[in-house]
Amino acid sequence: MRGTAPRAILAIIFAAFVMSPLFIKRFEARNNVAKTKLDVQTAVARHGFYLQEVSRAAGVNFVHQAPTLDSRLNHIMPQVASMGASVSIVDFDRDGWPDIHVTNSKEGSKNALYHNNHDGTFTDVAEQLGVADVNRPGFGVSMGAVWGDYDNDGYEDLLLIKWGKPELFHNDAGHGFTRVTDQVGLPPWINANTALWFDYDGDGLLDLFIGGYYSEDVDLWHLASTKMMPDSFEYAKNGGRKYLFHNLGSGKFEEVSAQVGINSRRWALASAAADLRGTGHPDLFIANDYGVSELYFNDGNRFHEVGEQTGVGFAPKSGMNASFGDILNQGRYAVYVSNISEEGVLIQGNNLWVPKEGTNGEKLQFENLARDFGVEIGGWSFGAQFGDLNNDGTLDLYLTNGYVSLDHDKSYWYDFSKIAGGHSAIINDAKNWPAMEGRSLSGYQTKHVWLNDGSGKFVDVAQAVGVTDVDDGRAVAMADLWNRGVLDVVVANERGPLLIYKNTVTPENRWIEFELEGTTSNRSAIGAQVTLFWNGQHQVQEVSGGAGFASQNQRRLHFGLGKFPQVEKAVIRWSSGKTQTIDKPAPSKLHKIKEPA
Amino acid sequence: MSQSPASIAVSPSQGFSIKRFFSMENRYLAPAFITCILLAGHLSFGILESYKKTGLAIIASLATELVLGRIFTGKWPNIASAYISGISVGILVRSPAFWPYVICSIVSIMSKYALRLKGRHIWNPSNFGISVLLFLAPETVATLSIQWGNYLLPMIVIWCLGSVIIWRVRRFHITATYVTCFILFAFLRSYITGSPWQSEIAPLTGPMYQLFIFFMVTDPKTTVRSKTWQCIVVALVALVEMILRLEQVVYAPFYALFLVGPAALLIEMWFESRKPVPVRATV
Repeated sequence: MRGTAPRAILAIIFAAFVMSPLFIKRFEARNNVAKTKLDVQTAVARHGFYLQEVSRAAGVNFVHQAPTLDSRLNHIMPQVASMGASVSIVDFDRDGWPDIHVTNSKEGSKNALYHNNHDGTFTDVAEQLGVADVNRPGFGVSMGAVWGDYDNDGYEDLLLIKWGKPELFHNDAGHGFTRVTDQVGLPPWINANTALWFDYDGDGLLDLFIGGYYSEDVDLWHLASTKMMPDSFEYAKNGGRKYLFHNLGSGKFEEVSAQVGINSRRWALASAAADLRGTGHPDLFIANDYGVSELYFNDGNRFHEVGEQTGVGFAPKSGMNASFGDILNQGRYAVYVSNISEEGVLIQGNNLWVPKEGTNGEKLQFENLARDFGVEIGGWSFGAQFGDLNNDGTLDLYLTNGYVSLDHDKSYWYDFSKIAGGHSAIINDAKNWPAMEGRSLSGYQTKHVWLNDGSGKFVDVAQAVGVTDVDDGRAVAMADLWNRGVLDVVVANERGPLLIYKNTVTPENRWIEFELEGTTSNRSAIGAQVTLFWNGQHQVQEVSGGAGFASQNQRRLHFGLGKFPQVEKAVIRWSSGKTQTIDKPAPSKLHKIKEPA
Repeated sequence: MSQSPASIAVSPSQGFSIKRFFSMENRYLAPAFITCILLAGHLSFGILESYKKTGLAIIASLATELVLGRIFTGKWPNIASAYISGISVGILVRSPAFWPYVICSIVSIMSKYALRLKGRHIWNPSNFGISVLLFLAPETVATLSIQWGNYLLPMIVIWCLGSVIIWRVRRFHITATYVTCFILFAFLRSYITGSPWQSEIAPLTGPMYQLFIFFMVTDPKTTVRSKTWQCIVVALVALVEMILRLEQVVYAPFYALFLVGPAALLIEMWFESRKPVPVRATV
């Protein structure tokens, strides 16, 4: 076909295709984000909740400080010394009110344990209880903490992970802590960023998983060599080893990772455990930086890595979070893994691994539906947690982000992308990395609070509901801090303040909470599942011994119910295997349930 | 990327032989090579976003070529070059979404038909498509920026095999000139910025550059005809890339080729138009 007309038509169609990315961009932005800032009443009316930052009013003035590592890392210090802010929720004195534990990372700095005063305020009691001064030079600095009652005495004990010597503190009935690190048999040094408590073999005793990041033979304050960086941006296998400490029940642990099939030197940043297949045994998910995620199916005494087989472990990204949530009220967990997205440079996209229809058990497979659900792009994403923030009966998603916020107008991304694509011999050596010179790397990022509509769509309402901070977020934990039947949110920021977002939820929406205590199972009830049936739907949640990034939610399980709930039953499956059914549990109430003998 | 490193067709009646397969006349040599890269890279290291996305890019590219070729030339076109464009998009574009693969392929192929001057298309198709997408959809699209695992061997194999093939199709001088200039300019950038020279060399060791230097800068349809000027033009591409890199432009190589390639072609056409038309001798 020749002539002017066909050429003109071709030119118009061509121009339309060229410009189509702009149209798509506008369309997607319009559908997925509520950008307008709202006042409390309007936000509650429109979205069902509002988060107000109240840390100062609550008496919490904690600011995280970063470590200063070997001087040979000075040129890239902000990006290497970029983690350590963590938060975990624990009721350490069993007074029925959640307390907050946070870590600090500067040499000589103090960790904090904020005791809940029941009146809206908190008091730091870490110093008087003996768990504050834990970042002494020579012993490394804190990176995170998880709480679990390893000796079943009824009080949650503290496992502190570091880039350095891990520490275990026994909780002495809520009145103090005794350091038992040397008695239990923990190794002298792990550069760890993730840990969790779980009873992998169902013997009623909590076991402990710790995931290494830098190799354990690296002392970041006294480097033997600058060749300690990852040997690839997406295929690195020179990270820290993984540890599985089997609880022997006599106050001692035995390291069994190799025996049970966990052999990995990927750069673990986050881990979470839940029974994904209904076997009664918790499976283990590890989100790795610089590589693929790993999923270990647990048959009760041995783990089998099935990341590639299940779909979650094929495309390498920069995993920094692992959290589970039954987002479609189907009784099955989706897994949220955060990664890096930086406009114009690197678009990994976060992963929302949803179980594929028709797959289960050993054949379980996942597909990444983050884009379809609208929870894909979150900047340099770190910690995330699922929770029903507006009590409407579906799990929402809170994501914090931001890596290094220094000079607002200068970015390190160009240099970062240059070195990240290089061969292992180049990227592996810190001296080859260009100097940061005060530049930011994905800094000053706005956060994401994705509201679940229950039918597979999430809308970002962060700005509308009061989440307007732009700190370098790391860890997120959710808890009903003031026993009001709502989930509040606590965020730990790197080199930044601890934020406490107090939640105001529409009173029209009802809720129900369960606080479990194991007898045959571990006393913390970690691994116990509650499936709640109401209004013709059901949702499953599991008591967790650590999830997200460097964080741990409250032990208590919180379900939103929406308006006019007709609660049919709650089915509890304890980690011992026992099943218990509570018929018609009353809504808007905390149910304290002990495992039947 | 190179749309057909050797565009002289081989008659089917000549039959198949290994020798002829590796001869400069085989238009399927480049498609076969890039397919091998794709399969080896993905099966070994999972370099693709997914088979679906790469497949989508290839199908969109082939479909666009067939439709437009049929409409504007009146016959079914050879699809080897469209296949290379599609597979290039499938490898180089990194996006969690599906639409960029389709749009990029369509825009790449359409540019061959829409942006023509005196019967020649002036942009390398996939360079055009990828540059447009990177410029207009940076929030959704990036390019391949990762390594072939942690291993040196795959990189050496690709460099050797790529060099042999490019040499066989008589375009090795372009690749060699570009690589030489890139390395020289890397040291110059290191001197200017104070960055370690290793970090300036680093991009060249990645798969994106391997595809760029073997397939994109060597495209015979969008390079000038003279061998000397091919070297000069590709040196200019490296120079503009260096300037863009000093301005911290992440996708400097794509944008440099996007700017320099068509300019060189236009200048060549202008010079050719000024040459006197030879008068046919009559007896």
